[in-house]
Amino acid sequence: MDAVQIIFLITAVATLGAALMVVTTRNMVSAALWLVMTLFGVAVFYVLLGAGFLAVAQVIIYIGAIAILVIFAVMLTRRLTSENAPFINSNWWVAILIAALLFGGLSWMFSSWDGFSTQAPPLAMENPLVDLGAALVDPQGFVLPFELASVLLLAALIGSIMIAWEGAAGQRGQKN
Amino acid sequence: MIPLSWFLIFSAALFSIGMFGVLSRKNAIAILMGIELMLNAVNVNLVAFWRYRTPDTMEGQVFAIMVFAVAAAEVAVGLALVISIYRRRRTVEADEIDLLKW
Repeated sequence: MDAVQIIFLITAVATLGAALMVVTTRNMVSAALWLVMTLFGVAVFYVLLGAGFLAVAQVIIYIGAIAILVIFAVMLTRRLTSENAPFINSNWWVAILIAALLFGGLSWMFSSWDGFSTQAPPLAMENPLVDLGAALVDPQGFVLPFELASVLLLAALIGSIMIAWEGAAGQRGQKN
Repeated sequence: MIPLSWFLIFSAALFSIGMFGVLSRKNAIAILMGIELMLNAVNVNLVAFWRYRTPDTMEGQVFAIMVFAVAAAEVAVGLALVISIYRRRRTVEADEIDLLKW
């Protein structure tokens, strides 16, 4: 049990614990903060896997943008409900059953695959970031998905502004 | 060193926890958080397969970056929808958004 394995186990326990807190806590702001902790744990996993750029991108994009957006949305949609209102569906045991079945099925399916216990092959390149950047703009590489992702983000940007725009209709709704 | 199985089991567990969150929570934003957990589990899976199977080519990491972009776009539009629904109906519970139910 070397140091990397110990780091993996500690991070896995922390990330899964935080994920469980995300889905089981009543307070929505607490859930958003537990989500931030989960996303940090996943960033540590990217570092363990040798994808440093993805770890930094995870922190910037997921924690710095998406989690902040979730916190904003939670604060903009506060309700004056009582503290005893149910926050989980009445058939939550079916959800636990489905999640457990999914986990069991995935684990069984993976364990019966012959590449399951492979060790990591040595990383041939000392700087995969340069190759990643080159692959993203190479015409024989991934420039088309890259540009399509840009168009998708532009569409999402315009769409979300239009959806959440509080024009005259919003003010009419506010007065009621 | 760490075998591939550890990463796969972890991502399966994270995906299942996200699935439980989506299926059992009432608040629409909590459902979106469960979806984010599932997308992160898929990303960990993709990068683990990249590292352990094809570390020479870049498809795995590029796929993970595309998942980043799609998740960001989806959460932006989803939260805009939730805020818009809250403005009109004063609720974000998935049970109470039922005007289109037949």
